[in-house]
Amino acid sequence: MSQTLSNGLFGAIGVVAIAYCLAAIGLNVHFGYTGLLNFGQAGFALVGGYAVAMPVMNWQWSIWATIPVVIVASSVFALLLGIPTLRLRSDYLAIVTIAAAEILRLLVSTPNLKNVTGSTDGINSFTNDIQNSIPGFLKGRTVPLWEKNISDYEMWVMMLGWFLVALFSVVVWALMRSPWGRVLRSIREDEDAARSLGKNVFAYKMTSLVLGGVIGGFGGAILVIGQRNASPGSFQTQFTFLTYAIVVLGGVGKVKGPIVGAMMFWFLITVTDSLLADWTDGSGFQLPTWIMDSSNFSFFRWILVGGGLALLVIFRPQGIFGDKKEQAFDVR
Amino acid sequence: MSADVFADVPCVPGSLKPDPILVADSVRRSFGGLVAVDVEHVEVQRNTITALIGPNGAGKTTFFNLLTGFDEPNVGTWTFNGVSMNGVSPYKAARRGMVRTFQLTKSLSRMTVIENMRLGATDQAGERLWTAPFKFLWRDQEAAITERAEALLERFKLDHMRDEFGGSLSGGQRKLLEMARALMVEPEMVMLDEPMAGVNPALKQSLLEHVKGLKDEGRTVLFVEHDMDMVHEIADWVVVMAEGQIIAEGPPAFVGADQAVIDAYLGAHQNTDLGVTP
Ligand SMILES: Nc1ncnc2c1ncn2[C@@H]1O[C@H](COP(=O)(O)OP(=O)(O)OP(=O)(O)O)[C@@H](O)[C@H]1O
Ligand SMILES: [Mg+2]
Repeated sequence: MSQTLSNGLFGAIGVVAIAYCLAAIGLNVHFGYTGLLNFGQAGFALVGGYAVAMPVMNWQWSIWATIPVVIVASSVFALLLGIPTLRLRSDYLAIVTIAAAEILRLLVSTPNLKNVTGSTDGINSFTNDIQNSIPGFLKGRTVPLWEKNISDYEMWVMMLGWFLVALFSVVVWALMRSPWGRVLRSIREDEDAARSLGKNVFAYKMTSLVLGGVIGGFGGAILVIGQRNASPGSFQTQFTFLTYAIVVLGGVGKVKGPIVGAMMFWFLITVTDSLLADWTDGSGFQLPTWIMDSSNFSFFRWILVGGGLALLVIFRPQGIFGDKKEQAFDVR
Repeated sequence: MSADVFADVPCVPGSLKPDPILVADSVRRSFGGLVAVDVEHVEVQRNTITALIGPNGAGKTTFFNLLTGFDEPNVGTWTFNGVSMNGVSPYKAARRGMVRTFQLTKSLSRMTVIENMRLGATDQAGERLWTAPFKFLWRDQEAAITERAEALLERFKLDHMRDEFGGSLSGGQRKLLEMARALMVEPEMVMLDEPMAGVNPALKQSLLEHVKGLKDEGRTVLFVEHDMDMVHEIADWVVVMAEGQIIAEGPPAFVGADQAVIDAYLGAHQNTDLGVTP
């Protein structure tokens, strides 16, 4: 049991949770504050991940020099998606983003690009600079987390990741309490009202798309660094949908929403995974095999999580921390 | 009395005004086969209150949409302060001083009344990305905006709703909020689409005074209204639309007596020769 819980704890604060948390902070800027239906957050994360891995592998850049590349590449991706669609009805952005994310994923999987993107295997050895930058107090140690041991590399990436989470949360908090954030919220509710008051709605939506996209890009960067591998399998469409689940779970349009959401989500995922594995491994308490066995329990986990999310949306649509009062006024 | 500026203006559709702030020429908008707006020529005199009246479906709202950039005409040109407004997007039209309200209110439900009001203020340092995160750069301006907003709310009898969500307002209160919010922009010209619809009679009276006050502040008001009492009370000039066209113009008393206007409202065939009215 404590094994299960320490797994869950690690799941809640580990690299994957951090990556999804960053993606969710970005998506919250898009969807939560501005009302933009971005269904391609996986695409932004992919751009960020490959923006780190490709220059290091192909041109032997220092990994630190790729930070501006992450920013520029995600911004360019946002501009490409936003310029043709943000003047149109919101559905168009949804269609274009989901398609663009898939196109990118298929593009980096192309065997012809094996030398540049590593195709489906992806890019590996690009994290030496991170390994070498592990500070002295961590180097060579493993950090115990209850019954789980975290390697020095993993711990270091987690520290970097949580730093980014804190940084972007503060940026989002500072922006959203300002008149700038007020314009975004007015756009979320009624673009025409904002226009009639002289607000350049297109520019605000574009800025929001870029900002949230860059944050999502850093999510992808942390993911590939943590996994020491940048491959298309990490950025499938479910990346986007899990990110939505996290945003909704934590509370749409709340600064702490993505953090709480990501931690809870990955805690639940890891715990159910661990429990179901335990209950189907042939010793101790066992689930009847006609329900599930060791070969299919991970599918059941997703069914359970999906059912849980559906219940959440029905009984607590404002999320764990959302404001019920605000939610009460239906906008559309 | 500013009605004097109309002393030499003939009471015919499309008559020229001494100092027009808004001039529209052959503006036409059709939806499929239906011609919603077909305005030959119309001018709005600066610093007056002009009423735009007409039966339901006359094209008044569509004309507003065209003038403020929310819709595009098939053909036509119009100028505001002598500057062409063709293809100018709504937010730019607002920044140039032409602010409109909507017949179907657009008060923002999930924002508080005071936040709705603050949103209306222009040139806010806090609305720029690079200054927004630093509160000390916009705190003072925000305080000044809030003060102005509170004064307006008081005048519109909404001060007790200051911190309520827009969504909790009644229909009439939303009208008031939208009008007050439009005034936060400090526009040169205010275009109100049925501002009094659903507002109770007692408040209506004080609002009428307020609209008159806008003129004293040097603003121009163009408003759509079905309530003829209100039109009589505050309008300096009335423009009548029917089936997309301007069919009559004149001071309120004149228009009320005009045969073409009566026909239009009563649904008679309105293609009658307007002729020269005495
Ligand atoms: N988006 C649209 N698509 C099709 N037809 C439209 C559209 N908007 C307006 N119309 C038509 O144009 C005509 C003018 O409509 P408009 O809303 O301008 O009338 P109005 O003078 O404001 O009437 P009311 O006094 O009832 O508000 C109507 O016949 C209406 O059906
Ligand atoms: Mg109308």
